[in-house]
Amino acid sequence: MNNLHTITVTVNDTPYERTVEPRLLLSDFLRHDLGLTGTHVGCEHGVCGACTVLFDGEPVRSCLMFAVQANGHKITTVEALGTPDNLHPLQEAFWESHAVQCGFCTPGFLMSLVPFLEQNPDPTEEEIREAISGNLCRCTGYQHIVDAVKLAAKRK
Amino acid sequence: MKPAPFKYYAPVTVDEALAHLAEHGYEAKPLAGGQSLIPLLNFRLARPSVIVDLNNISELFYIRPDDGGLLIGAMTRQRQVEHDPLVAERAPLVHEVMPQIAYPQIRTRGTFGGSLAHADPSAELVAVNIALNGRFRLRSQAAERWVPADEFFVGLFTTALEPEELLVEVALPPMPPRSGWAFQQITRRHHDFCIAGVAVVVTLNDRGQCEQARMVFLSAGDRPVIAHQAAEMLKGHAPSPELIQAAAEKAARDEIDPGSDIHASAEYRRHLAGVLARRVLTQAFERAKARETGKSGNW
Repeated sequence: MNNLHTITVTVNDTPYERTVEPRLLLSDFLRHDLGLTGTHVGCEHGVCGACTVLFDGEPVRSCLMFAVQANGHKITTVEALGTPDNLHPLQEAFWESHAVQCGFCTPGFLMSLVPFLEQNPDPTEEEIREAISGNLCRCTGYQHIVDAVKLAAKRK
Repeated sequence: MKPAPFKYYAPVTVDEALAHLAEHGYEAKPLAGGQSLIPLLNFRLARPSVIVDLNNISELFYIRPDDGGLLIGAMTRQRQVEHDPLVAERAPLVHEVMPQIAYPQIRTRGTFGGSLAHADPSAELVAVNIALNGRFRLRSQAAERWVPADEFFVGLFTTALEPEELLVEVALPPMPPRSGWAFQQITRRHHDFCIAGVAVVVTLNDRGQCEQARMVFLSAGDRPVIAHQAAEMLKGHAPSPELIQAAAEKAARDEIDPGSDIHASAEYRRHLAGVLARRVLTQAFERAKARETGKSGNW
């Protein structure tokens, strides 16, 4: 059975054309087909938030979408934020505030928080906690992450 | 885990989607926001051989005024409903509940109609639509019908939808004058699945007596539970704290049928349901009174 679909997806401003099975999750497409392993896969049922990416600018779980659904759409992953020599201001703030321990959850936090800070540049602590309610961290606890968001907001 | 293979269709019109459903029947599953269906596919708890993706059907995304009430297209994203001023004005119960549904990233993608068609008895929108006397428009290739919300949910993850039918629209009637609303739930962590919850809409008559009380419990059985007996106790009386307490106890003791699981025992859920029922009734009657005397803003 020919059950393959050819899709064109723009990821981090680069258009990619690939042929995929419909059951391929967007998270696996990014990691395996495009080699963009910054997007992490944790629970695969929408709870942990590690796979959060921007879909047409809005944060979504990439494990709860199929790659074929991204046809014609724009995806932004953590790879688009900064480089080791030139960190994104939010990455910089995470680093300085010790908001990263093992780092597994970090891409998901960053991709949830970048659009949040764009929409709400001066958030309250409660709003920050609400914004990260859909992301799990099992190392640091959330206090340092909240601190990092405050620091990034202050510097803007 | 990864989903089992399926054939994928991405129609751009409702007619086209209905043709796929008519052709494949039980083998096919419509895909709305996917925030409940895709986890089920990932765990292989569901293995449909055909997926009909509704995300490209632009005619299903809208919020429109309708005679004092609202019409909401089934594919309207939860995020959009959450921030829509018309929803805030005309369906304040929906507006108040939206931010409590799952997480922001889930609401970006999750849809208003998808949550209803999924029929999880712990889903906020299920209880809220019943409390508001919502009506659902179901379409198949052959016919179209309207089903009241309280007849739509027939069991655990089971609705009145036939395999070839699609939920296309939700109609929320205007709230009657002198009405108040409230919703409360208990979750382990903020935004988790609900352990116990209740939505209510009450209406007072011009003498300040309860004319109608529509109280709907979630996570209280294999489908949402409407507390008819508690409503009967309230009808025709001024809502005193004692009466509210008695009605809340009646509902929690005799009307709901919660189960036990790893998150909470049935007994604990029953206790929570009674406490929440008292709180929501109190708040809803206060809001109804405030609205009567013109104390509240929009309301």
